[in-house]
Amino acid sequence: MPISRRFQLLEQRAVNRETFVEPWPEAGLIVADSPADPQPSLRIEAGQVIELDGRPRAEFDILDTFIADHGLDLAAAQIAMATPSIDIARKLVDINVPRAELLRLASGCTPAKLIEIIRHMNVLEMMMGLGKMRARRTPANQAHVTNRREHPALLAADAAEAALRGFAEIETTVGVARYAPFSALAILIGSQTGRGGVLTQCAVEESLGLELAMKGLTTYAETLSVYGTEGTFVDGDDTPWSKAFLSAAYASRGVKIRFTSGTGSEALMGHAQGCSMLYLEARCLLITRGAGSQGVQNGSISCIALPESLPGGVRAVLAENLLATMLGLEVASGNDALASHSDIRKAAKLMLQFIPGTDFITSGYSAMPRRENLFGGGNFDADDFDDYNVLQRDMQVDGGNRPISEQEALDIRTEAARAIQAVYAELGFPPITDAEVEAAVLAHGSEEMPARDVVADLAAADKFLPSEKNILSVIRALQIRGFEKVATNLLEMGRQRVAGDYLQTSAIFDKDFKVQSAINDANDYTGPGSGYRVSAERWQEMQNLPQVKSPRDFIADQIGVPCIRLVEVNPARTGESAEVIVAVGPAFGTALTRTINGLDHEDVLAAILTGVASQGLVARVVKIYRTSDCAAIGHIGAQLSGSGIAIGLQSRGTTVIHKRGLARLSNLELFPQSPSMTLETYQAIGVNAARYAMGAATTPVPVQVDNWARLRLIVKTALLHRHETEQVQDQPPMEMRFDWEPDL
Amino acid sequence: MTTQPIKYPLSESAAETLQAASGRRLADVTAEAARAGDLSMADIQISADTLRKQAEIARQAGYPQQAANLIRAAELTAVPNVEVLKMYNTLRPGRATHAQLAALANALETQYNAPECARMVREAATVYQKRDLLQK
Repeated sequence: MPISRRFQLLEQRAVNRETFVEPWPEAGLIVADSPADPQPSLRIEAGQVIELDGRPRAEFDILDTFIADHGLDLAAAQIAMATPSIDIARKLVDINVPRAELLRLASGCTPAKLIEIIRHMNVLEMMMGLGKMRARRTPANQAHVTNRREHPALLAADAAEAALRGFAEIETTVGVARYAPFSALAILIGSQTGRGGVLTQCAVEESLGLELAMKGLTTYAETLSVYGTEGTFVDGDDTPWSKAFLSAAYASRGVKIRFTSGTGSEALMGHAQGCSMLYLEARCLLITRGAGSQGVQNGSISCIALPESLPGGVRAVLAENLLATMLGLEVASGNDALASHSDIRKAAKLMLQFIPGTDFITSGYSAMPRRENLFGGGNFDADDFDDYNVLQRDMQVDGGNRPISEQEALDIRTEAARAIQAVYAELGFPPITDAEVEAAVLAHGSEEMPARDVVADLAAADKFLPSEKNILSVIRALQIRGFEKVATNLLEMGRQRVAGDYLQTSAIFDKDFKVQSAINDANDYTGPGSGYRVSAERWQEMQNLPQVKSPRDFIADQIGVPCIRLVEVNPARTGESAEVIVAVGPAFGTALTRTINGLDHEDVLAAILTGVASQGLVARVVKIYRTSDCAAIGHIGAQLSGSGIAIGLQSRGTTVIHKRGLARLSNLELFPQSPSMTLETYQAIGVNAARYAMGAATTPVPVQVDNWARLRLIVKTALLHRHETEQVQDQPPMEMRFDWEPDL
Repeated sequence: MTTQPIKYPLSESAAETLQAASGRRLADVTAEAARAGDLSMADIQISADTLRKQAEIARQAGYPQQAANLIRAAELTAVPNVEVLKMYNTLRPGRATHAQLAALANALETQYNAPECARMVREAATVYQKRDLLQK
């Protein structure tokens, strides 16, 4: 337990709830460059690899064999392996080297060679590489939609909202496996309500997943996990050949597939063989490519906390993403599972994928609160929607999302919940009541949903799976019940399945239901002005946050009826008595009538004059026209003051006590924090000004410091100042008569 | 193998000629047909021929492994759903003897005319034997 107050507080910070450990290579707890990682080597004889990364063919395990026979392009290997790794690293950053050239080189690189390339790169260089090597030119994002009670209407409503928010893929999973056909159906209907063309999947055990796909309830699968050592692979109950077969099986049913891998899984499963996480991931990626998967979900995924407990973990995760793109794979780049307690750490990590852009910046943004996330996800969740949209707007970076208004959300959620209600009714599933529909429209999480008959739901789901009912029955149900748009979108998904265009690398459908993949939207980045650029239309969409206001009426509260008690009389003379000048800005009491804090100008003036009068002095009010600057107003006032003391007062409330003889930007006291000023403060300022005028000993007026005020009010401050500056004119200071008597 | 470039996406370039697994023209997969209960799952299923076209598109775009996968997928369109699942399970570690894998390869080759899948199964059988991943 620290004894220093500072260390005590640091200990309580969110980031210190994480586990940080030293590397331990023998246990696989090292992100890169383990002593056990092999050196790159490749020997080919008679068209067959006979040595891979120092291991002769006779000693190959299943991964070595599969990589050697399927993962490498032997035609490219000779040049690739002979090219110094640092040269390839430099080409990744060189805008003059196009993606195609690097794809060719990387296709001949062994896992150890790939790691050697990465060793030369820092995160900025890897981000450059990722931006260039991403397969699809246009970046996108993927959402998770689940809820703890597996409520169909809420699933449909959340999927619809997620689709409307721009997510190109939506996945669900189940707490109770038997719910799978219903949950898959709910997000399918929801997503196609929100936006036609969103791809969906239900992450379940492979054979069930394939069954759902065969019924037409899903369009992609990313459940195909691969691992970097033989022991882990077999513990995962697969081999590279069974996974490759499964890929072909999914594709044969028109389902887009994506493998899943990521640093840390081998160490977590106890089979890291002393190798670094990144080296094992390179092996996974070559298996993925060799099996013919169009892409991969990587970036540690559910193991993210493990690399993050180690030095260089976040860098290694970026390296994984980059390696995948170098191998021509679509990348759904993690940022899904909870990675940190610290918002700073989470957001900083996100930037490594967000700024360069990936095919899916998160491989599962939780479109509901993280407590509802059955994937163990929720690194970013529904609570963070606005933060994410603001980041897009701040950086002019397309993160794949779009802001929506509450009304749009309510409308789409209503339509989706009613659509699933109609389908349940038409297909004879346990009814979804109007009360459930209404709750689903407004709910944030499933605790706000009425309870359902779980036994009846599960029994119905059990019957649905082997029944003749399928996507076509759903389409008919929607047509019969008048949900034409949703029915048309579902049918179009079926039609697209016939064409199979979305089986190609990095394929998604754009907002017009047009396929967009590495074939027809290939990343062609070659430096500034090339590759993906935010279009004018998209930029407008990203800017239009519902919470954006027009700055034009920001200062309406500060403009009122001009003060009738404050009258301009004649040009101000230079005083001779022991007086205080209150020099006000050109808009004071006329173009502006209240301070930024909402204090009436007459009240402010009265408070100051009361303070001055309390010391037995009088004050003269003078309006300065030639400047709107607080120091200058005070400075001019001081020249007119018989005592040499003046209070400079801007219309927004910023105040200075000035003295003749001081430089303009010097002062006796300055009160820059106008939003914190009260009438008491102004009276105290009057008191002090009078005491300075009398030559009395004076304690500066205490000022409140609120560093947030500037953050909250800076736009208003700028506009108030602009308004005052508009009143500046070439006119001498004017004497003002203020119809007021001291209340003493 | 054809070397003539295939125009992608097929949904646009071949909208008039595309056929579903059932042989139904894509142009005839309509809302009206759906409403009339006139569609079956095979009418919204990809055909082997289209998968081969997509394989060629992948190959021409520089994704040879993916092309190979789509060729295997084209082959597997002939295999019924239940059989596909069985085959996958047979290929999982420790599930089958060498003879069973060989039989599977033969079935793929002769019964389903799926030589690429058969080749993959035979390759697995050899590796499984060497790495002790056959059924004990």
